Amino acid sequence: MADSFNFELVSPERLLLSAMVTEVVIPATEGEMTVMANHAPTMTTVKPGVVTVKTADGKSERFAVFGGFADILPTGCTLLAESAVHVDELDRTVLENRIDAVRAELEGAGDEKKTRLEQFIAELTKLGEIVIPA
Amino acid sequence: MPSLKDLKNRIASVKATQKITKAMKMVAAAKLRRAQEAAEAARPYSQRMADVLANIAQAVGADDSVPQLMTGTGKDDTHLLIVCTAERGLCGGFNSQIARFARDHVRKLLAAGKTVKIICVGKKGFDILRREFASLIIDRVDLREVKKIGFENADRIGHKVIELFEKGEFDVCTLFYSEFKSVISQVPTAQQLIPASAGADSAETAEASAIYEYEPDAGAILTDLIPRNISMQIFRALLENVAGEMGAKMSAMDNATRNAGEMIDKLTLNYNRQRQAQITKELIEIISGAEAL
Repeated sequence: MADSFNFELVSPERLLLSAMVTEVVIPATEGEMTVMANHAPTMTTVKPGVVTVKTADGKSERFAVFGGFADILPTGCTLLAESAVHVDELDRTVLENRIDAVRAELEGAGDEKKTRLEQFIAELTKLGEIVIPA
Repeated sequence: MPSLKDLKNRIASVKATQKITKAMKMVAAAKLRRAQEAAEAARPYSQRMADVLANIAQAVGADDSVPQLMTGTGKDDTHLLIVCTAERGLCGGFNSQIARFARDHVRKLLAAGKTVKIICVGKKGFDILRREFASLIIDRVDLREVKKIGFENADRIGHKVIELFEKGEFDVCTLFYSEFKSVISQVPTAQQLIPASAGADSAETAEASAIYEYEPDAGAILTDLIPRNISMQIFRALLENVAGEMGAKMSAMDNATRNAGEMIDKLTLNYNRQRQAQITKELIEIISGAEAL
């Protein structure tokens, strides 16, 4: 049995999860990474995607996060998400509303911002495909 | 001297008012509890955010990669004030307290020859500040339609502020809101957003911080983090404001209910006394009429 560590998933509105876990998969900006106990201290930004958590009692839970960053220490890991929901609570309309909102922002945005927003939309779309089977 | 009928009408109307204030007080109490819960729920996030920020700021040090949002432009000629107040009145001195505090600040800045720009969040503050500084108000954010303040609302304001900063519209940004101390005490507070004041917090965590690996590099994370932090601070301010507003409204309505009660007592006494006087008068008339026969 692998060592467990304390994982916290926090969004500005509330603390979603605080539990002992053995493994967390984080969609970091530079590729997915799996965090296990005694990970080297790392700080990374997170892109929209799915966080998979394997708790100490063997259960596995999935959360959809919309950007944020993670603070990883050997003894624990904190994921500060801009916004996060449990995968079960996420449905297609919510996601589509979000995408539409970003699209609206896209109109009249500057070049640099445009590419960033387009990337954001692509990530959201991909997230939707993973989470909700069409 | 008002007639008996007038008195009766007045008692009825004060009673109706009392019912309204009592209901408003109870609504405010329920909302206050919810607002407090929301403020509580937001605390872990802002705490972690502050820790992480202090950590990174220290790691990056005086490097060139520190974004301007953190260090500021190096000038302090133009000030942007974000004044957060409530959308509704009937909450005692809550709104005017914040507005007065902001007004004093604006006067001080103007006297020092600075340029001042104001963004009003909430209708009441706008109404008050408009009287004196109409030309300085560059924008107002209306949260009237919003039932429950979410992070998106704060984020939108945050983006607006950052956009203005990138255009070089201001040098220093200060946030005005009311800190929720307790139900009966809310303290108007000014907090500097840009340049971010790391202040005492960073010194405390200085020893505890580990050597981090950064992905991507520290500068990039910081660039990503600071806008988030600004939004977060605004979010926190808005939540505190809601809690404060409800607290103030609760005590204001409690006072109003009590005053109405006193008034009803006084009017009822008056009413009874007059009724008695009238009965006595009628009796005298009957008796003297009988004697005359």
